[in-house]
Amino acid sequence: MTGFAAAAGALSVEAVGVSMRFGDVVALDDVSVRVEAGTMHALLGENGAGKSTFVKCLMGFHRMTAGQIVVGSREVDVRDPRAAHAHGLGMVYQHFTLVPSLSGAENMVISRERVPTVIDWQAERAALARFVDTMPFTAPLDVPVQRLAAGERQKLEILKQLYLGRRFLILDEPTSVLTPGEADELLGTLRDLTRSGRLTVLMITHKLREVSAFAHVVSVLRQGRHVGTGRVADLDHGSMAAMMIGEKTVRAGTERGNAVGSVGLRVQDLRTPDRTGRKEIVIDSLSVRSGEIVGIAGISGNGQTELMEVLTGQRRPQSGGIRIDGRSYVPSRAAVHATGVRCLPEEPLRNACASRMSLAENLAFRTFDRTVDGRRRFWLDRPALRSRARDLAARFRIHAASVEHPMASLSGGNVQRAVLARELTGTIRVLIVANPCFGLDFAAVAEVRSRILTVRNSGAAVLLISEDLDEILELADRILVMSEGRIVHETARACADAAVIGRHMAGRP
Amino acid sequence: MASMPDVDLWGVPLAMLGGAIRVSTPFLFVSLGECLTERAGRVNLGLEGTLVLGAMTGYGAAYETGSAWLGVGAAALAGTLFGAVHGVVCRLPRVNDIATGIALMLLGIGLAFFFGKPYIQPVAPDLPAIPFGWWSESPQVRTALNVNVLFLAGCALAVALAWMFRATRIGLTIRVVGDSSDAARAMGVRTHTVRLLATAAGGALAGVGGAYLSLYYPGSWNEGISSGQGLMAVALVIFARWNPVRCLGAALLFGGAGALGPALQSVGITQGYHLFYAAPYVLTLGLLVATSSPTRALAGAPGELSISR
Repeated sequence: MTGFAAAAGALSVEAVGVSMRFGDVVALDDVSVRVEAGTMHALLGENGAGKSTFVKCLMGFHRMTAGQIVVGSREVDVRDPRAAHAHGLGMVYQHFTLVPSLSGAENMVISRERVPTVIDWQAERAALARFVDTMPFTAPLDVPVQRLAAGERQKLEILKQLYLGRRFLILDEPTSVLTPGEADELLGTLRDLTRSGRLTVLMITHKLREVSAFAHVVSVLRQGRHVGTGRVADLDHGSMAAMMIGEKTVRAGTERGNAVGSVGLRVQDLRTPDRTGRKEIVIDSLSVRSGEIVGIAGISGNGQTELMEVLTGQRRPQSGGIRIDGRSYVPSRAAVHATGVRCLPEEPLRNACASRMSLAENLAFRTFDRTVDGRRRFWLDRPALRSRARDLAARFRIHAASVEHPMASLSGGNVQRAVLARELTGTIRVLIVANPCFGLDFAAVAEVRSRILTVRNSGAAVLLISEDLDEILELADRILVMSEGRIVHETARACADAAVIGRHMAGRP
Repeated sequence: MASMPDVDLWGVPLAMLGGAIRVSTPFLFVSLGECLTERAGRVNLGLEGTLVLGAMTGYGAAYETGSAWLGVGAAALAGTLFGAVHGVVCRLPRVNDIATGIALMLLGIGLAFFFGKPYIQPVAPDLPAIPFGWWSESPQVRTALNVNVLFLAGCALAVALAWMFRATRIGLTIRVVGDSSDAARAMGVRTHTVRLLATAAGGALAGVGGAYLSLYYPGSWNEGISSGQGLMAVALVIFARWNPVRCLGAALLFGGAGALGPALQSVGITQGYHLFYAAPYVLTLGLLVATSSPTRALAGAPGELSISR
């Protein structure tokens, strides 16, 4: 409890002229931002704008090339994260830094600056219980973290930071894995903590709605430069988006047609154990007609991943199955070729690419063993692979140093575009997509979504599984909600109510 | 099986119990060492080499000094050095711990054979055993319950390690390092150092296991002394799900299986007992098949292990 007792109140932090160079690449160029004590400060910017680099400099993960950091009224030398912690700075990362096999209590105690050689668990538990009582929210402390849902982990992570006595907290997209309700609750709690003067929050986000609803001040980075800071009350979404994007044009939204046809994809009586093997995924009936997008909303960890794995052939269902155009379908390369099923799984670098093979090779996974007229071939035609890859890269705007570069060297958005390019080429009967815009920037999101709509309008059946409710509401013609491994709610686009959907997502209809 | 009626049926389980305790000790020490190493996120397949090297060093030191305990100490030291070498090599960028482990296994065996040549003939002092069977008239019971001090030390160590992982700073730090390097770095823990120390300590335990082989059972130094026990002990850790107390149970089970052949032979079964010598190997294979699954990841595996990543 040493850390918590030492917490005196919110800290102000100022970065003065921070620059960061990695070799020849300038990631940050003379960025100066002041975060006032007791405020909730949002940091906006596209992917690659330098937000993560900036906060990593504040936290001592990177040694900045130039610039100073002022905490309170003193200039401090943040050599490493430890030094940052000593000054009361803490960070909640996008990828959780809780140790999965340790319980919440173990995670909190081991993160303390001074841990006793032998831990008296009885006393620690009592102290933790007293601490949690003073907090406006709680999280399970006795279960291994790997068994917690994302929302609980996020709360635990914040609880841990407060327990450690942090007075300035950086959050990297804290709500990306939460339901709208959970997100509002979490951000509300954080804002209350800042208002009461206990904490200062610097939050990286993409979501303008959260900025205008919860933040006091917003700063925008673009291409490593600080382009502006202002009070949220004085700014609207349009001006914030303009600051983020700059001189770029966002691809205009595609018209949606209205021709719904026969059932393209049907999942029937599907049962499969979930990842932990403790719960079961049960889909009694799910059908997608050609020319419509069916969206499955839900909080991560409610069976969407497992459903996607069954649909892509990564997981064998215990019983039940898939029918494409009325015929039984077992995902295999041959079946995919024959039926025209295309998939864009989440984490495409892991689930849809061979990360050490080149971009050209990855783009050819569907076609490398076929000639142009569809016959089998034995020898690869490498020049043709390369020229086809260059053609696709140009059409889908995949930015890579060359098509011979390994897939892993591409940025997240470019990996996503590459997989899209591969999957959206050729005749498509059924398109299955999971979280297609996870971690993409503004312009890329608009582009991916309009491509999905184009596929729908060309008469394919599209199943969209997404944790982003806004995305579902924007794209889907019919909306299903998945919770606890089951479909618990269905509504047409016309009568969709975000509040009702959110309650179903949270399992409280 | 013509001699079946003469067989003393009680003799077999009793001999197996005794055998389990006798044979399991090196399994126990090596698997505890590997458990410690893997909990810190590193695989050390070289423990077979460390075991053989420990057997040779222990025997040589005991012979030269006249003290079996000094032999154990020397074996632990040799094991520490070997573990540290593995740890240091694995810190280098782009080094694979599996490949390094196999190389060190061969190196350890080679070194032991090279330096061990002069010790094949001489007789070194044995480690003491405690006769827990003093109350019995039966020589079989007395033999079975003659328990070596190192076995007891190993049992205590298994419990102590389990406690360490649960309730000490060092134990929690090792678990953090083994499960998530990122989290460890975010806490300011030096992952490389923790892994190096854990690998060295694991090597020391494997060295002690080797000393047991040459100083108690079988109790002499020769080149066929280990016959792959170190490698099987590594597999044992997976079977025990990285839990030290379960390592003890698994070591006893394997020891018992290893004692099946000699036990049958000792009660007069003369045909086919050779097959039972294969029992531990069959058991290893059977258990690995039975506990594996094509759909589910290994439960309890430390997240940073190169085999589970």
